[in-house]
Amino acid sequence: MTDLTISIQDLSKKFGRYPALNGVSLDIAPGELLALLGPSGSGKTTLLRSIAGLEFPDQGKVLFDGEDVTFASAAARRVGFVFQQYALFAHMTVAKNIAFGLDVRKGADKPPKAAIEARVEELLKLVELDGLGKRFPSQLSGGQRQRVALSRALAVGPRVLLLDEPFGALDATVRKSLRKELRRIHDATGVTTIFVTHDQEEALELADRVAILNLGEIEQVGTPHEVYDSPASAFVCGFVGEANRFEGAVTKGRFTAGSITLAAKGVADGPASAFVRPHDLHPAKDGLAVKVSRIVLQGPLAKLDGHTADGRHVEAAFARDGVEGFNPGMTVKLAVQKAHIYPPT
Amino acid sequence: MTVQTADRRGSASGAAARTSRHRSSWRRRRSAIPGFGLTLGVTMALLSLIVLIPLTAVAIKAASLSPADFARVAFSERAMLAYRLSFGAAFVAAIINGVFGLLTAWVLARYKFPGKAFIDGLVDLPFALPTAVAGIALASLYAPNGWLGAPLAKIGVTAAYNPLGVVIALTFIGLPFVVRTVEPVIAHLAADVEEASASLGASRLSTLMRVILPALAPAWLTGFALAFARGIGEYGSVIFIAGNKPYISEIAPLLIVIQLEQFEHAGAAAIALVMLVASFVLLLAINGIQAWARRFQA
Repeated sequence: MTDLTISIQDLSKKFGRYPALNGVSLDIAPGELLALLGPSGSGKTTLLRSIAGLEFPDQGKVLFDGEDVTFASAAARRVGFVFQQYALFAHMTVAKNIAFGLDVRKGADKPPKAAIEARVEELLKLVELDGLGKRFPSQLSGGQRQRVALSRALAVGPRVLLLDEPFGALDATVRKSLRKELRRIHDATGVTTIFVTHDQEEALELADRVAILNLGEIEQVGTPHEVYDSPASAFVCGFVGEANRFEGAVTKGRFTAGSITLAAKGVADGPASAFVRPHDLHPAKDGLAVKVSRIVLQGPLAKLDGHTADGRHVEAAFARDGVEGFNPGMTVKLAVQKAHIYPPT
Repeated sequence: MTVQTADRRGSASGAAARTSRHRSSWRRRRSAIPGFGLTLGVTMALLSLIVLIPLTAVAIKAASLSPADFARVAFSERAMLAYRLSFGAAFVAAIINGVFGLLTAWVLARYKFPGKAFIDGLVDLPFALPTAVAGIALASLYAPNGWLGAPLAKIGVTAAYNPLGVVIALTFIGLPFVVRTVEPVIAHLAADVEEASASLGASRLSTLMRVILPALAPAWLTGFALAFARGIGEYGSVIFIAGNKPYISEIAPLLIVIQLEQFEHAGAAAIALVMLVASFVLLLAINGIQAWARRFQA
């Protein structure tokens, strides 16, 4: 529907002495669903708000289709913004909330009343809230309120839809169903969508591409598959997905940390961190000796907690058949299938 | 024998407890917040002692007059003009306070500036000041030879000893009510609601008119009603600046005092009753508007 290309160039922003964004550049393709993922204080919300025109950078540019909108107002950019706390207008009915963006237009831009009403009905149907138009926001559940906020943002036909931790205030079940909903709505409308989250599961499940931020900088941008399987940095590896982290050193292409040795091809000699995903460890005849402290069965998976001889904590996850005969207290051998090794940053 | 009685009593009270638990009347509703009965009881007792019984006494005292006498005292031309002044000036003053109190509250809640704490304290001063002090100060300021009265007199405006003086005194008295009721609501207005409005394309003015002011309306109405009510009953600060000319600048509470000074207690009660009923009806109406303005709250 829209084919807006957003280009962020070398964006920097400081709050007092604390830098929220530190030279961030990012290109967002038309129709893409992009997640900005990072821990709190990573600058992801500041980046989103700079795209929206709710925050203005100290340096750098925001381009919409090549046009510089860095200091354009939020109203002028025609973006749809969804807030974590919904930010609904409490004194307006659901229908009035959704119609707001069209109602405040002036003169020839303002659609006729019947067209606005039709648009509201269409949006209520899209977010599956038909028939609730006359309610006030206080009469809705959290998930319903966020749907109203979403349709209010979509009502103006935004060039890009921006969502700031949209599911952060909701409980786990509602969050999961709304996640699917957002994907469905994105696919139905085709509008370029950027959402901020600190929940890596959410980002990996929902987004076409994930941009991972840390301390005001982008660590990696890629498909969920890329950032998970080929993390570009120690931070990404530790933040996306679970991983055992071992601190050690590399000498001549081999990583050692106590009793653990791993192949480290192409990593320079010196101190390094190794990351091994739990599912990249599985029982074998030969491998890392781990003393089992606990085994938990989770559906088809067995999760094993243990320690190496020199006291390093190890977590492993594998098909539950593999756990047969294992008991807490015994020492088992685990082979390392894949490891990510990074020099210190 | 004693054991048996105790037993029987025990089982009887047990049965009573059981039936009362099954009864779902408003009196026996289970609540996590204890003390409904106790607090309501104390509230009703206090309200009766301090508000209801004295007001009933006023009505009873007024009833000692014959209907003709009642009408002669309470609906005389002088009394009618006094009511008009009291209610009219209180209404105008409450409107003025509604506008400037809202502005003051906005400034205090939204901005940081040097001397803010001082201005914040200044707002409460009309609460604390003896009303007579305020009245004397206002009277000397606005008198035709006063600092503010003299320049006003030059452009032909008589402030003191005129109905305008009454409005000035009531505005002074009522300001804190609007400021203090609206200020916390402004402080708690979520910033994201304004941002949402801006991101949806609304101008600053549209955001103010469609989003901010409607959200403040219930609190503003409360402040308005308080200032209005205070203005109707105000006596101390008004009598110095009003001049108290019968038919022109005489307020209804003063009329009551005049009746009392002539030992016409029933006459005073009659005027008081009229004011009471009128105030009650007005406040009830404002409460109704308020309930409508709050309709969106769960």
